[in-house]
Amino acid sequence: MNASQQDRLLKPMEEVGIVGYGAYIPRYRLPAKEVSRIWTDGEGGVPIVEKAVPGLDEDVITMSIEAARNALARAAIDPSEIRAVWVGSESHPYAVKPSSTVVAEAIGATPHTQAADWEFACKAGTEALQAAIGLVGSGMARYAMAIGMDTAQGRPGDALEYTTGAGGAAIILGPAKESMARFEGSYSYATDTPDFWRRSNETYPEHGERFTGEPAYFEHILTAAREIMKLTDTQSEDFAHVVFHQPNAKFPMRAGRMLGFKDEQIKTGLLVSLIGNTYAGSPMIGLSAVLDKGQPGDRVLLVSYGSGAGSDAFVLSLTDRLPALRDRAPRTQEYIDRRTEIDYATYARYRGKLALK
Amino acid sequence: MEVSRHWRLKKQRYALEGEVCPHCHAKIFPPRDVCPDCGLDARTLYQFSGRGEVYSFAKVQDAPEAHSEQSPYTVALIRLEEGPLVTAQLTDIGDQPLEVGSPVEMVTRKLRSDGERGMLVYGYKFRPLLRPSI
Amino acid sequence: MSPRNPSPPAHDVFIAGVSLTKAGEHWQTSLRELAFEAVRLAQIDAGGLVPQALYVANAFAPILSHQIQLGALIADFSGLRGIEAVTVEAAGASGGMALRQAFLALMSGQLETAMVLGVEKMTDKIGPAVLSALATTTDADHEAVHGITPAAQAALLMQRYLYEYEAPSNALAGFSINSHANAVTNPNAIFQRALSEEAYTKAAMVCEPLNIMDAAPSVDGAAAVLLARRSVLPSESETPRVRILGSASATSALALHDQPDILTFTAAAESAHAAYAQSGLKAKDIDVFELHDQFSIFSALSLEAAGFAEKGQGWRLAHDGQIGLQGRIPITTFGGSTARGDSGGATGVYQLAEVVLQLQKRADKNQVMDTKIGMAQCLGGIGSTACTHILGRE
Repeated sequence: MNASQQDRLLKPMEEVGIVGYGAYIPRYRLPAKEVSRIWTDGEGGVPIVEKAVPGLDEDVITMSIEAARNALARAAIDPSEIRAVWVGSESHPYAVKPSSTVVAEAIGATPHTQAADWEFACKAGTEALQAAIGLVGSGMARYAMAIGMDTAQGRPGDALEYTTGAGGAAIILGPAKESMARFEGSYSYATDTPDFWRRSNETYPEHGERFTGEPAYFEHILTAAREIMKLTDTQSEDFAHVVFHQPNAKFPMRAGRMLGFKDEQIKTGLLVSLIGNTYAGSPMIGLSAVLDKGQPGDRVLLVSYGSGAGSDAFVLSLTDRLPALRDRAPRTQEYIDRRTEIDYATYARYRGKLALK
Repeated sequence: MEVSRHWRLKKQRYALEGEVCPHCHAKIFPPRDVCPDCGLDARTLYQFSGRGEVYSFAKVQDAPEAHSEQSPYTVALIRLEEGPLVTAQLTDIGDQPLEVGSPVEMVTRKLRSDGERGMLVYGYKFRPLLRPSI
Repeated sequence: MSPRNPSPPAHDVFIAGVSLTKAGEHWQTSLRELAFEAVRLAQIDAGGLVPQALYVANAFAPILSHQIQLGALIADFSGLRGIEAVTVEAAGASGGMALRQAFLALMSGQLETAMVLGVEKMTDKIGPAVLSALATTTDADHEAVHGITPAAQAALLMQRYLYEYEAPSNALAGFSINSHANAVTNPNAIFQRALSEEAYTKAAMVCEPLNIMDAAPSVDGAAAVLLARRSVLPSESETPRVRILGSASATSALALHDQPDILTFTAAAESAHAAYAQSGLKAKDIDVFELHDQFSIFSALSLEAAGFAEKGQGWRLAHDGQIGLQGRIPITTFGGSTARGDSGGATGVYQLAEVVLQLQKRADKNQVMDTKIGMAQCLGGIGSTACTHILGRE
């Protein structure tokens, strides 16, 4: 690899790591077979078991606040030291007015902080994560928080409706020496690929069906994964865990196998079957599940995918500090286990699909 | 459309920021700048833990306009572990039986919206403990 | 004795006339027309006496009728154009507080007559809009924003009361049953049907554990009391004269969570005991007590506050049948808010007019025997404002 290719590795001046992380998943679950009961008479297969559904009083702001509080509990830092609170989502409650200011206010990070919302379909969270690495790694900030959180939208009856879930995670970046996981480098790959979009003022997204596969998800995920492994001089067997964006259970498994990963390396961070596709939250909460279970010395590959399209890839290694810190807040599995099953009618009400006027 | 009356209360609403009396050390919520126990000036900020237990509860079937979309919902008086009583909704109750004395913790949720176009009002609610052991 | 309610000097403020109009859903009748009817009837009852001032008790007109400045509006519409007139608002305690302001004005010597009019038009808005208006009696920043309504406050009180005192779930049934029984013969009541214990037990929940029979209906209504000093009373009268023996009010917090003890109606207790002190009377001297039964739990807590029962024992008075017309302490003798109907700020005036009817032996089938002393107490919110009057027959 020549010098100009090596430049593609995004690596800050100062070493950066994760000093805190926190997940959030709402408690309601819609079984995928409820969706098929309504739309296909229960015929045909379903892509996941069930998806998480936010309650009537939940949105990306409230969910981000809880994840951020969990991250702070693990980091045990003064929230006023956080210089950026960034929320990546496709479901910001306001079209104009940041989610991040509410989150920053609620966790006590205001007012000497940078607050912003990020948007890039399902990679808005890792986009915030990568920028936060830069902010901390440049020495501009000691701590920065990146959140990926969504209450995913899917049109009633659309194939997306089986999987569009709710959840995500918050990650606090800080100096590597204080961290539970160090970043070895990251890489981003982006092209103009219109596989999925939602126009302004529209409620539900449109998508290119099978076009979302090969030229979109796989092209970007696989390229980003191969590229960062090349840049960090790693092989698939060097990783204890790998987390991909998970719109359904098949795509990440197939991508993993194509890259030479074994199923055991993928399964820890693969939550989609039980919580659905949490859009910008998806890779972030997969990472949180890996941090819940990983061991010091484990190396982790994280690759997001955002339609439109792009992938961010990260290589992390877990440190000795991780085991002592992770039980300071609920693990991802605790949120998965906290479940109340709902039927399609309740789901329709909770998600605002009933016309009240 | 209302803005400032919610905005000025954001610290207490989002995170249960109250006050502590510098004279008799009573914890005060909602903040009122005068200690209800000793009557002296009390403006020292105090961050409540958010933990408490149900002192009383009731299920609202007939909701006023701003809350009708959430109906029915459960309201409660919560005895915070630091002492004060606070009125709030209970959320994410699930299947657990609710009773006087049930331990709860604070979460920040949507309280109401000021119509389709107005601002969203966020604030404290309480739920059964996510991790009962802690 | 409360320093806020010192014993007044010897005085001569009398009730010269009263009026009660039917509480209900008056689709054809506007706020000002309801008011006019009550003013007119009270003036007739007082032998044509013309008031020098009008005190309007009202809580919800600014929200439900988009109307403020009721004093001028009603004075003008009732043929009293030009007189001094003002609205007195203290939620459900407005009626008592309006009477108290009129009483103080007469006591001061500035006025010799004053009309106290309670009027509320509840039915010009419907459903959740009415609930939103009612919820303005709660703490807007710390209760209403959470979806609290007056019924929710009462339900929270009731839940805790039943828990704290280990009372049975139907412990409060007797209050509603008594009020409905008394309303059967009150032509002004919205509900003129008896209620059985079984019907109470099966009643739909409004705010569990509070059922629809524990809660008073919000209805249109108007009532009036015309006050006069002895010097202007007609020398001849067919009915006994009724004098104000005690008048007192007190406040506590709006929010339940700000009460030192939610199960003690402190303002109700303070105002009752101040009124006792002024009149030189005790609870045992009261022959009839119109308390504010907006919710059945309020009846229990009001009886305890006024000294008719020990703390936690108020419900037993209803349970043991001591609150009926022939009971130890008759309450809500015309059906109270529960069955006559609750007309917001007008309620306190209804109560006062009903006490006057009892003392003048004009209560017909609802007459309590041997009534010399009567007490009326109305509450704003959860007793955040309490106003107590003791009246005596001369």
